[in-house]
Amino acid sequence: MTPAVTPYPPGRGAGFLRVLHAEWTKIRTVRGWVTGLLAAAPMMVLAALLAGVGGNQEGAPPVPAGPHGGPVTDSFYFVHRPMAGDGSITVAVSALTSSIPKGPGDLGPGTVPWAKAGLVIKAGTRQGSPYAAIMVTGGHGVRMQDGFVNDTAGPPGPVSAESPRWLRLDRSGETVTGYASTDGTHWTEVGTARVSGLGSTAQAGLFVASPPAVRGGGTAGSVSTATFEDLHTREGRTGGHWTGTQVGARSPSFAGYPENTSGSFTASGSRITVTGAGDLAPAVRDSLPTGGHLRDLLAGTFAALIAVTVVGARFITEEYRDTTIHLTLAASPRRSRVLVAKAAVLWAVAFAAGLVGTLLAIPLGERLARGNGVYLFPVSSATELRVAVGTAALLATASVLALALGAILRHGAVAVAAVLVATVLPCLLTALPFTPAGLSKAVATVTPGAAFAVQQTLVPYHQVASNYTPYYGYYPLAPWAGFAVLSGYALASLAVAAVLLGRRDV
Amino acid sequence: MSAAEIVVTGLHKRYRATRALDGMSFTVRPGLVTGFVGPNGAGKSTTMRVILGLAAADAGTALVAGKPYRSLRHPLRHVGALLDAVAPHPGRTARNHLLWLAHAQGLSARRVDRVIEQVGLTPAARRKAGGYSLGMRQRLGIAAALLGDPPILMLDEPFNGMDPGGIVWMRGFLRSLAAEGRALLVSSHLMSEVQDTADRLVVAGRGRALADAGVAELIAAASGNRVAVRTTARPDATRVLGRAGGAVSATGPDTVTVSGLPADRVAALLTHGAVPFSELTAHRATLEEVYLELTRDAAEFRAATPTEAPR
Repeated sequence: MTPAVTPYPPGRGAGFLRVLHAEWTKIRTVRGWVTGLLAAAPMMVLAALLAGVGGNQEGAPPVPAGPHGGPVTDSFYFVHRPMAGDGSITVAVSALTSSIPKGPGDLGPGTVPWAKAGLVIKAGTRQGSPYAAIMVTGGHGVRMQDGFVNDTAGPPGPVSAESPRWLRLDRSGETVTGYASTDGTHWTEVGTARVSGLGSTAQAGLFVASPPAVRGGGTAGSVSTATFEDLHTREGRTGGHWTGTQVGARSPSFAGYPENTSGSFTASGSRITVTGAGDLAPAVRDSLPTGGHLRDLLAGTFAALIAVTVVGARFITEEYRDTTIHLTLAASPRRSRVLVAKAAVLWAVAFAAGLVGTLLAIPLGERLARGNGVYLFPVSSATELRVAVGTAALLATASVLALALGAILRHGAVAVAAVLVATVLPCLLTALPFTPAGLSKAVATVTPGAAFAVQQTLVPYHQVASNYTPYYGYYPLAPWAGFAVLSGYALASLAVAAVLLGRRDV
Repeated sequence: MSAAEIVVTGLHKRYRATRALDGMSFTVRPGLVTGFVGPNGAGKSTTMRVILGLAAADAGTALVAGKPYRSLRHPLRHVGALLDAVAPHPGRTARNHLLWLAHAQGLSARRVDRVIEQVGLTPAARRKAGGYSLGMRQRLGIAAALLGDPPILMLDEPFNGMDPGGIVWMRGFLRSLAAEGRALLVSSHLMSEVQDTADRLVVAGRGRALADAGVAELIAAASGNRVAVRTTARPDATRVLGRAGGAVSATGPDTVTVSGLPADRVAALLTHGAVPFSELTAHRATLEEVYLELTRDAAEFRAATPTEAPR
């Protein structure tokens, strides 16, 4: 007679919590994995340090900021005179032509869609001061703009000597109203702007601006010339007491005039010809090349991404290598639970490490950069938090994608190669300046690399032609939409891995 | 059905062109060590993996304590398994290797330290498993199997890589586990490793159980009606006994084995024929012979061997 052996009495915790506990113990007891995951934090910080101390802009002219707080381009040719209190100013534009460089020192006629010629009432010639303007453009018809970021469309179509466009600005206190007309008699209201800070005596007059033309992956400075006629104010036709000023001649957001050109104005009879370059618009990455943005401080994301994805893949492929997977599945026969527990533990650790990294890297990098006089595109604390949390979530989710691929492929080197192709390669492609914009945008839309959109802090403006590509920090998808693409890949791969794990013999 | 029982019924499994299991059936009973022997490729490891739910059988059932393994809530508390070639992560200490396994079953670190002590690994418990010898890894594997204090233990080639001292320890350890009332299934491709330990034997060959019986039963069956004779006149003995209808074969320079004739008839024939002989014993088969006899046709790879079994 043999004594009966009964199973060991049950212990604490429910089923899934136990699997989770086991996977947590597993991940924390292999030093290589812990090091790889936690390394994400110092990698982020180190890269931020390097980025922070890298640039030195001390002594550079200040970046003008608009009433909205953001950086602006406020460089244009202004033909003006004081306007005391309320008033009205009217002009007809009969020509607007632009030139862009065709080769070194060789200008030729070209199209600059956002070349501007019209009327502006501005607090003064100081950069960033408030204004309201109405203008004809090279390719977008009549526009009413104010405060650098506000833009209202008026009647479309280009101007010519045969079909000139009359423009009018009326100031009444803080309210400026813009009108357009095809005959100088019948007026259409284009828009009204409330402009605070115009002062009791504003400067009013003609302006011509000509932003750089987008060519290929870069830009080329342009210059535009407009012909005005019939300039008059409420007091009547005005004579020769107008002043020509190049506003913001020396500014980080102004590329200057093409070689052998400059701003000027000439008057003959009732006709005034004005030549100008620059823009009255919010600054974007392209127009403020010396400006840094948050993503620059997070260059460590690449290195951290490689580290966490390699660990993610190895977290399961090393179980296949050692055949520990037999023991894992013998202990937890509900296999999909094991995979989910692994993913949860991995995600949490990678997220924590990534978050520590970004929360340290961002303020540190900002401090160092600002200490060196580097201008950083301003961001709200909410955006900063979104970038920090989003980047940590990106790292964590990419490591889970790696885990899933590891579970599918079951071989360390193969899985790591697949992961690098799936996540790091897209990021590299978008980080290269020579990648064609179309390819770059496609990559940032359909590959797991779309998640880098969580790092976007720059705002694109429809009224500023620029290279809004991932390379410059503009992503085709909204931050969390980009993150959702990566999450979709991770979840789909995890589902495939779970099915295969359940079906395969081990 | 007892909690301490494995019942395998008609397992079939194919891996592409190979028939790994072809109707494997046997029972493992409590309080006994069941040896699971057979040549490499006989299906022993596959059977164990099917029992543990790691591999799926094409047909047949494997029940542990009356249930399929994968439906057990805390499987390691019912069955402890040592699987061949399962290595702990080389970067993890032995203790941590057992710790995650314990956590998976809701067991405490105290239980981990207890099994480490049981298998004699305490001094090395906090060393990385990557530096372990094969023998130490086997002890660690046994510790993992014992973790849930299970009534059933399934050990695949537990003697592999063990030094002679380790083998002796393992035998004693297995016996003591069976004495506690546990059911043990111990596989080996070498009969000599299990012959002194097993109470019962499942002899596997070509994916099925060729025998599933008690050790004594098997030996009795294999011994047959055979008599060993020591004689200085081998040719005379062969002639005399052969003429009387016995099948005689030489087993050494001065020994022959006779079958088909009872011992007293052999003695009478030899005396009558004046054939000198110094010893006459009823032959008792060894387990090794039983094994070779049973697996003769089943062995996948066999070197050309003499027709008669050794010894």
